[in-house]
Amino acid sequence: MNNKASELSILEAINETLHSEMERDERIVILGEDVGRNGGVFRATEGLIEKFGENRVVDTPISEAAIVGSAVGLAMAGLVPVVEIQFLGFSYQAMHQIAGQIARLRYRTQSRFEPQITIRAPFGGGVRTPELHSDSLEAQFANIPGLKIVLPSTASDAKGLLTSAIRDPDPVLFLEPLRGYRGIRDLVPDEEHIVPLGKANLIKKGDDVVIISWSYQVELSRRVAESLEENGISTAVLDLRSIVPLDVEAITQIVTHCGRAVVVQEAPETGGFASEIIATINDECFWSLEAPVARVSGFDVPYPVGMLENLYVPDEARIRSAVLKTMEND
Amino acid sequence: MPKPNDKQLQMILEDMVVARTQAGRLWNLQRQGQIGTIAPIDGHEAAIVGAVHALETESDWVLPQYREPLGLRKYGPEVLDTFMLYNLGHPAGGHIPAPIKVAPSQISLAASIPHAVGLAWGMSLKDEPGVVLVFFGDGASSEGDFYEAGNLAGVIKAPVIFLCINNQWAISTPTHLQTAADSFSSKSEAFGIPGITVDGNNPSTVYEAVSDARNRAMTGKGPTLIEATVYRLGAHTTADDPTRYVPSEDLSAAQENDPVHTLIKDLKNRNLWSDAKQKEVETVALERMDDAFEKAKNTPLSINSLMDHCFVSDTPRQARQRAFLIDSMEKINE
Repeated sequence: MNNKASELSILEAINETLHSEMERDERIVILGEDVGRNGGVFRATEGLIEKFGENRVVDTPISEAAIVGSAVGLAMAGLVPVVEIQFLGFSYQAMHQIAGQIARLRYRTQSRFEPQITIRAPFGGGVRTPELHSDSLEAQFANIPGLKIVLPSTASDAKGLLTSAIRDPDPVLFLEPLRGYRGIRDLVPDEEHIVPLGKANLIKKGDDVVIISWSYQVELSRRVAESLEENGISTAVLDLRSIVPLDVEAITQIVTHCGRAVVVQEAPETGGFASEIIATINDECFWSLEAPVARVSGFDVPYPVGMLENLYVPDEARIRSAVLKTMEND
Repeated sequence: MPKPNDKQLQMILEDMVVARTQAGRLWNLQRQGQIGTIAPIDGHEAAIVGAVHALETESDWVLPQYREPLGLRKYGPEVLDTFMLYNLGHPAGGHIPAPIKVAPSQISLAASIPHAVGLAWGMSLKDEPGVVLVFFGDGASSEGDFYEAGNLAGVIKAPVIFLCINNQWAISTPTHLQTAADSFSSKSEAFGIPGITVDGNNPSTVYEAVSDARNRAMTGKGPTLIEATVYRLGAHTTADDPTRYVPSEDLSAAQENDPVHTLIKDLKNRNLWSDAKQKEVETVALERMDDAFEKAKNTPLSINSLMDHCFVSDTPRQARQRAFLIDSMEKINE
């Protein structure tokens, strides 16, 4: 057993995983815009075309619907497509194929056709990208039965979850934290590393309140939780890792233990996945609550331009203030 | 250009007559409230059957839109059996059993076109012989999926055949409101692939065009766009009233050119068809449909079917919902 690990960024972990999975399974084909010669606009697919050739790493025309739609056909042919959508906001151009076709392919054909398809896309704000490059659409996809939605917050999880996503027989949206692509670095096992889908990670223990989040907001939540220790507030942080499947058990357990919870998301408040978490808490452990569950969200406006971005994206101060408010009646 | 021989023409006509006969029975079943909405095949038989007879069922895939299933008899009796389940609204109606290379009906217009391109592409990556033929209509050619997939297919030279059946109507919208292009096949120019318009009322010309396209695809020359022009002789679906918009003189002219009647007359003149044969084919077609419908009605339906096949296995939340469903149904039955 090799227990070695290397410090990698999320981007490096993704790239390494794509290399090792393509080596392991020759059915895997990668397709997307600029994924070949350019190695992806963020270099997530760097070195793949050189190693695996143009048949398995394909620079497609700029047509998200055809990229995603042809992935359905590739899967019908018995291949395992791993699709890159350059930015999650661009997936609107393929929404009818993702929601209307991929998500229901297994159901409507009673498993005659099996969509073993992974769609990777970076998302999230904080880096002053142009319009539609930052939008957090995870809740929109979560309302489409038939899609798994995975959102790693660390490099180690990026490797472990992407491995599971690619091997999963069902379609997986693998949403990568753009803001943490290079900034988040942690120890990633060198050998095969599998993190099962649907298992949340309690990244910090605590007794008074829990912050529940996913993707880059986990990083901010962790910082807030650590700083609150100085105020004598023992704050747990639960990284959901995936919102479909949802680890209801882990949520119930930690909320029951703490009695207080704050849910943090970057997406707009209305209809966001935080609401789903709160409804879940309501169903599962309402009577163990000592305070109303708080939400920290973006605002109910389209994702704004760069100069307004810092006002929109939840930051440590907003998360902190939500936790403190939740603690008020202590 | 390979033409169908007399024997093939007889088989083509037989399939066309079967499709027309069964379509009539389907219409009645819908009117009796026994099945859901259907889209009649009337007027499309030559285009669909002619095309399918140019394919090899062992190696070639067919991705229908939704008007075609009765014309796919060449692919085996399971296509009709599954179609009758589909018409009943039974979940098994979406599962045409392997190894039959036919996808179930696609309600989203043009959405199967990128699937066809991907499937053809995948087959060529795996060095599997064969082509993919995807059906769609004049209206569907206005969808983005058609352009995106056509463009991609041209670039990667996918062994795919785009068969646009131009029946002159997209529900009530005539072709001149659908496009300003001279023809639907001319759209192939933008993809850098060949395009051809053929008389879709003549199964031989459709057969020839599809054979040619198939040869091109099989020899690595990539996709072809074929426009088969027909006239929709029936309603768009059982929910449609075409008398509101189809000019009666246009319909009468089209009826004069009915593809089934035309081929019957032609083959009779050449002693390749007879009234007795006609009667026999019609009788067997109806028996076959009644049999398929009976089988469909007797196919068990489980409460679990509501939850099955979304994912390979339930998420914890789905498992809870499944338990709730079964529990509440048991309470109702108590």
